[in-house]
Amino acid sequence: MNITEKILAKASGKKAVHPGEIVDANVDMVMVHDLTGPLAVEAFKKIGIQKVWDNKKVVVILDHQVPAESVKAAELHKTMRQFAKDQNLRIYDVGKGGICHQVMPEKGHVTPGTVIVGADSHTCTYGAFGAFATGIGSTEAAAVFATGKIWLKVPSAIKVNVKGSFQKFVTPKDLILSVIGKMGVDGAIYKSAEFTGPTIKSMCMAGRMTMCNMAVEMGTKNGIIEPDETTRKFLEGRVKSLPNFEALKSDKDTVYERTVEFDVSKMEPQVACPSSVDNVKPVSEVGNVPIEQAFIGSCTNGRIEDLRLAAEVLKGKRVKDGVRALVIPASQEVYRQALNEGLLEIFTDAGAIVCGSACGPCLGGHIGLLAAGEACVSTSNRNFIGRMGSTQASVYLASPATVAASAVTGKLTDPTTLETKA
Amino acid sequence: MNSKIKATAIKFGNNIDTDVILPGKYLILVDPNELAKHALESLDTEFTQKSKKGVILVGGKNFGCGSSREQAPLALKYSGVKCVIAESFARIFFRNAINIGLPVIECKGISSAVETGDELAVDFEAGKIENVSNAKKFQVDKLPPFILEILADGGLIENLRRRMNKK
Repeated sequence: MNITEKILAKASGKKAVHPGEIVDANVDMVMVHDLTGPLAVEAFKKIGIQKVWDNKKVVVILDHQVPAESVKAAELHKTMRQFAKDQNLRIYDVGKGGICHQVMPEKGHVTPGTVIVGADSHTCTYGAFGAFATGIGSTEAAAVFATGKIWLKVPSAIKVNVKGSFQKFVTPKDLILSVIGKMGVDGAIYKSAEFTGPTIKSMCMAGRMTMCNMAVEMGTKNGIIEPDETTRKFLEGRVKSLPNFEALKSDKDTVYERTVEFDVSKMEPQVACPSSVDNVKPVSEVGNVPIEQAFIGSCTNGRIEDLRLAAEVLKGKRVKDGVRALVIPASQEVYRQALNEGLLEIFTDAGAIVCGSACGPCLGGHIGLLAAGEACVSTSNRNFIGRMGSTQASVYLASPATVAASAVTGKLTDPTTLETKA
Repeated sequence: MNSKIKATAIKFGNNIDTDVILPGKYLILVDPNELAKHALESLDTEFTQKSKKGVILVGGKNFGCGSSREQAPLALKYSGVKCVIAESFARIFFRNAINIGLPVIECKGISSAVETGDELAVDFEAGKIENVSNAKKFQVDKLPPFILEILADGGLIENLRRRMNKK
């Protein structure tokens, strides 16, 4: 069996499972945020039972409309605070957490080998830690609150094998954009995407999270990477105890539906052009594309490693007149670290605005929206029509280095072509 | 819920994503009737007018791709969509639709067999789809019994209530 099958077999009390089989899995952790939580609370109350099945396994995180920009949003937050209080749940409130997919592993709610579901499609991010993690809806979350279980169809697995070393300013974001560009937004519907190979093994946790975060954009059920020393180093001190990682390796004779090979040695910075995540090409091929907004942040690329890269590009430079650059650290912890390392000073001196740890412009419902005719280059994960505001605006997806370089020139720019100060 | 549905079809293309079905800026709305007013508005400003009488939505590949927002199938259901038939579905949308009692059926070849305005007759329990306007018929794989049970009960919560009360 592969790692996904092993986790699902254990969670459903079976010796083995095979693709297509429907299992009833025990859930180790369920997460809801401020936009999906209220519907889950409403649905849970209708079931007619008083308490969630295990209050240590439910996490509430406020991150999408943070801080509340409207009375409606404030009401949603109030609902979630009350529910967390009534049920004695862990809640990460404004100023105490950050974006849900950063907070969950940071605060020790992600353990390799566990089944984690979240009412957010990018829950697949935690596959980076060798957990089975997938997105669900609010009503589904309510059912998990009540029963502690979820039915799952075992996915068949696609192996994405990566070799080669990244060139300067080419990153895991460029790699995952390449993968999605090749596979298509419907190229892996219902599949498990298992990322393997020396490039993945030598990738830090931030890069692995970027990879698994965007796995959903090609339709996968989950993205997953075998846990190893890198995983252990990140989680030590955050998680009470770690399982034996030997049991979380795909068997050598595992049969995959298909294997897709990538070599990053010659890979250039990539960009996903409007309005589909698979509309990917090298930045060097997009021609002259002026931008009005540059956004560095989101659950895809808001970590300290991403901010360091952006700061390296922006140091001593200014954001071009006519461009607004937003930098949003993915969590309070990342924010504090960026402050300590002098990164926020670099961003501020460059003329970028540093905002509070939250989802920000990513889904077009809070801050940093676009007017008709405007273009934004963003480190986030979706660029559908209307995603970041006006339906007449355009969103380009890229790495922190590409976004930072583009902020300086005022147009889509390959960061390898920009001179940076040491 | 009656497993037999008859209604006019409204057809869309491939990869109809959740940002287009229900944009992020409306996710702070909690009343499904309010959500319904904005269903698919960036693709068709008159969609809610057209769907009011009760329609069957026909989509291409990867219908509902993107976010886990349950507000997307909710907006469709409350705007008058009785059922969604598509070449293929994004998995979270598929589950969400069933959980809120909106029947979804995967049917290869449906896009080329239906035009907006055609009258469709669907029996989702039997897996039968008929385009009454051009006599084309489809037989699809039936959904697993426990999913049909959820739809018959009108959604996951209703199903869970019934099953928990039995015990």
